Amino acid sequence: MTETIIFYVFALMTVVAATAVVTVRNPVHAALSLVLTFFTSAIIWMTLEAEFLAISLVLVYVGAVMVLFLFVVMMLDINIARLREGFVRYLPLGIAVAVIMFVMMVSVITGGIFSGDSVIEPIAKAADYSNTKALGRVLYTQYVFAFEIAAVILLVAIVAAISLTMRKRTHTKYQSPSAQIRVTKADRLRIVKMPPSSEPSRSKTLSNESLGNE
Amino acid sequence: MTDIVTNLWLSLPDGIQFTSYTLLKVFIILVPLFIVVAYYTLAERKVIGYMQNRIGPNRVGPKGLFQPFADMFKLMFKEIIIPTKSNRYLFIVAPILTFAPSMAAWAVMPFTDTLVFADINAGLLYILAMTSLGVYGVIIAGWASNSKYALLGAMRSAAQIVAYEIAMGFSLVGVLMAAGSLNLGDIVNSQAGGIYHWFILPLFPLFMVYLISGVAETNRAPFDVAEGESEIVAGFHVEYSGMTFAVFFLAEYANMILIAMLASLMFFGGWLSPLPSLMGDNIVWLFLKTGFFMLLFLWFRATFPRYRYDQIMRLGWKVLIPVTIVWLVVEGFLVYFKVGPWFN
Repeated sequence: MTETIIFYVFALMTVVAATAVVTVRNPVHAALSLVLTFFTSAIIWMTLEAEFLAISLVLVYVGAVMVLFLFVVMMLDINIARLREGFVRYLPLGIAVAVIMFVMMVSVITGGIFSGDSVIEPIAKAADYSNTKALGRVLYTQYVFAFEIAAVILLVAIVAAISLTMRKRTHTKYQSPSAQIRVTKADRLRIVKMPPSSEPSRSKTLSNESLGNE
Repeated sequence: MTDIVTNLWLSLPDGIQFTSYTLLKVFIILVPLFIVVAYYTLAERKVIGYMQNRIGPNRVGPKGLFQPFADMFKLMFKEIIIPTKSNRYLFIVAPILTFAPSMAAWAVMPFTDTLVFADINAGLLYILAMTSLGVYGVIIAGWASNSKYALLGAMRSAAQIVAYEIAMGFSLVGVLMAAGSLNLGDIVNSQAGGIYHWFILPLFPLFMVYLISGVAETNRAPFDVAEGESEIVAGFHVEYSGMTFAVFFLAEYANMILIAMLASLMFFGGWLSPLPSLMGDNIVWLFLKTGFFMLLFLWFRATFPRYRYDQIMRLGWKVLIPVTIVWLVVEGFLVYFKVGPWFN
């Protein structure tokens, strides 16, 4: 009973927040709504006892990805009025996509392997059942190749992102900390032996001048 | 009298009994936490004062002991000023968004073997997730304030927290590799058997990384560029006053205590005694170790000058993260070949 209430509360929040992502005017508000969507979905996963996935969703998407998103969105000086242009023009296409998605979802849920009749209600695991361990075991045995391939693709994406954005700029001045640390006294300082001079010192001349000003 | 209370309690429905019992436990954790936070602020001023050859606050109450209450009442009765053209709603929400995760993280903290509020399997992961949420309050505060300084502080803070979170996460991966569990109680119990079983010895590089990134995560000196008084006034909370400012303050100190307690749980054996043959395991050990790390936070602030922003980034990405990766490989071999007395 309590779980049902929790589910409906957070499901409602998820739907409202997800709608807000595409409807609110301010891009920062949209990004924050997306954060809320992720968070409430994590809670729905939590009610499914998928604690590892739920916490990872918060950790990865809410804690890292969306922070960078928000970072970029906040830095941009977005013209909101221009962003709203073309809403009516693209509306038919949007509605068509939405209808197709809706029909597909309904057909998946009502028939086939994901329908409510064909899925057996999962039995709640004991309290000491470790979701993390179970997931890790499957990930590193049954799906190890898929997992490794995903990891390699991510690595390629990282390398690609860095190589696309990194360019040698010749005229910028930057510090090289290792060179700074390696510096010794001999590189910077030259002590010169000077014979003492007999000329009157400069400061004395100056004070004489200022005194004899009148 | 006690009979009436007991009967009244038993006559309540199960749901209400459970809820009120849980709420009571929450209060038992949070009320002492608030008191510690309050006195931590006083300790900070006193300790740094003595380190700098000053006396520190000594006017309110005997030896200045009521200073935190004076501060608290002052902040409570001050006006909350909302800047013009700021985002009013987000401006108020931001401190709460910083505060709530820093409190929520305490839910899984074990104090002894049995004294733990929520003994969940993925406790460590939960704490990481909660601490990573705190950055939203900072970013939103900076953006909603409609102020240059606040935005700059928020930007710095966001970049810094994202960078150091990776180093911190990696160093904790080392801990869970050594312990073989994500549950904080199990992590402590796997360090049983005296001081040389503690994870500080085999995981010393990871401990250093954890400590440094812990200081950076909480935006404390010498990594406090998000506040940087000398450059951007007070950073992300420059526009905040009164209670909204106090909430930021509270969250920062609660986070410091959290990091200190996590350090003692994960690298210093938590409530385990250093010499089990002489002294038994006790919650006092945990508090002593936590107190030591809390002192370190203050000591750092009194000792180190502030890092320059680009050097913070360099330290995070180019020094700490490589160190953790190298040590994780080393540790992988140690665990695999069961080297040393640590990985039994």
